[in-house]
Amino acid sequence: MQEQGTIISVRGLTCAYGPAVVLRDVSFDVARGEVFVVIGRSGCGKSTLLKHMIGLLTPVAGQIVIGGRDIVTAEGPERLEILKNIGVMYQMGALFGSLSVQQNVGLPLEEYTDLPEDAVEAVSRLKLSLVGLERFADLMPSELSGGMVKRAAIARAMALDPAVLFLDEPSAGLDPVTSAELDELIRSLAAALGITFVIVSHELPSILSIADRVILLDDQARGIVAEGDPRTMHAESRDPRVRRFFDREARLPVEPPAAAAAATPEARA
Amino acid sequence: MRNDAQTVPPEGLAAEDGPPGALVLRLSGDLDAAHVARLWAPALERVRAAGPAALRLDLSGAGYIDGAGLALLVRLRAEAETAGAAVELIGLSERYGHLLHLAQRSIGAAAGGTGRPEHRGAARRAVEGVDGLWRDVRVVVSFIGEGSLALWEAAAHPQGVRWKDVIAQALAVGVESLPILLLIGFLMGLIMSFQSVITLTRFGGEIFVPNMLGLVMFREMGPLVTAILLAARSGSAFAAEIGTMRVNEELDALSTMGISPVRFLVAPRILASLAVTPIMTLIFNFASLVGGALVMLSIGFPLVVFTSRVFANVTASDLVGSMVKIAAFSLLVGGVSCLKGLRTGGGASAVGRSTTSAVVAGLVLITVADGIFAVLFYYYKF
Repeated sequence: MQEQGTIISVRGLTCAYGPAVVLRDVSFDVARGEVFVVIGRSGCGKSTLLKHMIGLLTPVAGQIVIGGRDIVTAEGPERLEILKNIGVMYQMGALFGSLSVQQNVGLPLEEYTDLPEDAVEAVSRLKLSLVGLERFADLMPSELSGGMVKRAAIARAMALDPAVLFLDEPSAGLDPVTSAELDELIRSLAAALGITFVIVSHELPSILSIADRVILLDDQARGIVAEGDPRTMHAESRDPRVRRFFDREARLPVEPPAAAAAATPEARA
Repeated sequence: MRNDAQTVPPEGLAAEDGPPGALVLRLSGDLDAAHVARLWAPALERVRAAGPAALRLDLSGAGYIDGAGLALLVRLRAEAETAGAAVELIGLSERYGHLLHLAQRSIGAAAGGTGRPEHRGAARRAVEGVDGLWRDVRVVVSFIGEGSLALWEAAAHPQGVRWKDVIAQALAVGVESLPILLLIGFLMGLIMSFQSVITLTRFGGEIFVPNMLGLVMFREMGPLVTAILLAARSGSAFAAEIGTMRVNEELDALSTMGISPVRFLVAPRILASLAVTPIMTLIFNFASLVGGALVMLSIGFPLVVFTSRVFANVTASDLVGSMVKIAAFSLLVGGVSCLKGLRTGGGASAVGRSTTSAVVAGLVLITVADGIFAVLFYYYKF
């Protein structure tokens, strides 16, 4: 049974590489339009969870329902429908090196729409302008900086106007300023387009500034140990596993968004 | 840190018999890598030879102990303990005692961890081996299936093919290999004719060189050399390109866009190879004839003798045969190279490995297929 506001529903998900179980019996929901962040230390199964959610890996057990269709069991045209409804930004961007930035963004449009060539180009330039890259449309991916590659990858992921965007470690390998700009972009896209974001991250400042809701994965528990608003969690949780994650970097100056800060004033403390 | 005041006795190793059945091993001096290198074998040898009921390691004369020294102590202790001897350490400073304890704990944990699967290894490895082989077979079969389907769809719906990619690949595979193709063809024609002339002159048979050259080049060498060139130049490039895309998650990106990598990457490459290699073979044949003609001209035959004898001997079936061969070779080389690329693991070295194995597999397949063709053509009098 799916609620009205739920776009992704994961039930009883068990993920394993051979005999090594990474996640056991994990269940959670993602609400439509929220910025949902999967957090945890390296090796806790964040990326594994993401790869299962986008259908690259098949779980041992459980279901992952995206927009009413289970990506685990879906095949053929049904699977394609799910895939067209999601966009993925990979950690290193994964732009196609042989295509220009604009062609990268246009590729899904070429494949799945009957738009004429100039329309494809116009749409992909529009998507690039949403991420502030319209001036760099004709460059090759190798000519872009790390932050620009990620923004271009987001533009490509948005090409077909998907309902859900999956981002794998958006701030990995970026300097704090570029990383903050990317966070800003994610927030503005979420607000303007109503896209649901599912983000894997371990960057505390980024998590506190963008996330509506987080789940914290733990490698010992092989599952979710905490779920909720990260600012509340950061300020109030007494769970040692949560504290260990938040306190290690919590001394970094963090400016929580105004709305969230008002809701949980103690987060500033 | 180092205790330089320590005097280093010769060898730094003294062994003596202690209480009944016990061995006392006295290690002295700085137990660093250089010193331990000299002590390692004699000390272990001494313990093994004595097979003592108890081993007493006297370290009161030892100075600085580094990783190598610690490893020696761990090893000596393990050696004696597996032989059933009680081990006693004397004169080890507290600092090193703590370090040794740490080292032994983690080594013990590692041994305990890997030790158990090792014991039930044989059956398990056999199962895993069969399982791995089965997975490989499934991957290859599904690749062939998907590849055939992609080619079939390309034939059925040519408008769905990414012709821009096909043309780009065709240029890379064909046009860019033209110089080397011409060079090899010319030289092979020249060398072969020259060698044959030397032999055949003894029987006054040099007039038959054009017959031989035409037949050998059209039937055998043309497709073979073109295919080898394809494997070396383009097969390696296919595997490296696709392998790098795997490493950069670009293949994953394709999959999550719902675009089949086989249709998107493999089909254009195989189509391009299929399209240009027959032309490459013809060009190679032509270049080899030029080389042969040069030899015949140089020993005094007019050009028309050469050309007429070549074309009187080479029939349409030779040409068709060579086209069939090169088509099969390029399918095999293109297919296996792309497959190796798709199956690349992680990291830069994996790309290197898959490139190498793409070329090797390509060459092996060409040779095997050529052998099969030789038998088939003979059997069917083609």
